[in-house]
Amino acid sequence: MLHTSLLFAAARPAWPDILVFAASAAVILVGAVGVVTSRNPVHAALSLVMTLFGVAVLFIEQQADFLAAVQIIVYAGAIVVLFLFVIMFLGVDKREDVEVEPLVGQRPLAFIVLSITLAGVLAMAATAHWVTGAHHVVGPIQGNIIAGNPASPSGEPAQLGKQLFTNYLFAFEATAALLVIAVVGAVVLARRPPASPHEIAAEEAESELSS
Amino acid sequence: MSLSGAWYLGLAAVVFAIGAIGLLVRRNVLIMFMCIELMLNAANLTFVTFARMLGDIGGQALVFFVLVVAAAEVVVGLGIVVTNFRRRETTVADDLHSLKG
Repeated sequence: MLHTSLLFAAARPAWPDILVFAASAAVILVGAVGVVTSRNPVHAALSLVMTLFGVAVLFIEQQADFLAAVQIIVYAGAIVVLFLFVIMFLGVDKREDVEVEPLVGQRPLAFIVLSITLAGVLAMAATAHWVTGAHHVVGPIQGNIIAGNPASPSGEPAQLGKQLFTNYLFAFEATAALLVIAVVGAVVLARRPPASPHEIAAEEAESELSS
Repeated sequence: MSLSGAWYLGLAAVVFAIGAIGLLVRRNVLIMFMCIELMLNAANLTFVTFARMLGDIGGQALVFFVLVVAAAEVVVGLGIVVTNFRRRETTVADDLHSLKG
């Protein structure tokens, strides 16, 4: 039943889906342009939150509910807050002069090169087939309908978890190692460099003088 | 779920292009990082769209890994920005020319 409804929906899009896509596409594009054009880094970070919310809505629209939740929690909740924290901590939330162009001709060149790239991708969209791979390689998406048996929940988060801990177990462990390395790297970077013996002697002499 | 996947892929391409333009044009290291996040999000949207079009959960699993890598990248990147700001009092990429080999 689910399969036939999917086929029917693919044949003729319903207007709520079009409306959701249009609204979230507008939010995403306005946010993305805001990130690039705003002079104040804080405004750029808030525009980034806007884009992330739009992408999360499109994730839900495409039956990736778990990823939408993770997108909000990890990106909007952690990464952007980290950005804002660093902006405030460094005190660089003043306006940047975006009028001057340090490298002459760089901006037109960037626009031209990326317009060509984008036009190529969209031309491929118009002419070529998007999907040429095999279907159901890793595991089929069975939708978010919870089966009648509560002991064996189906639905997308359960399938995703099953895949992460079977097919992608090695990659999952590698990301664990990656996160540990990142934490250690952040700690090493944040540590102040150890003072040289000369500086330590100077500090001691200073404290003796003051006491 | 009913709209054709090409719409989503086109939107992702546009967002990726905007992020790439920002990365090339802006000089503030923090905003360049945000543009990288934009590009990663466009790639995530593409992965989820292909997961739906192919009916395969593997695309969504990849998005999960992209999220983890993005978090690690931001942590290390912002650590470098803070360390550099401590020494040079700037977050503008042009002022870091002394880092060249």
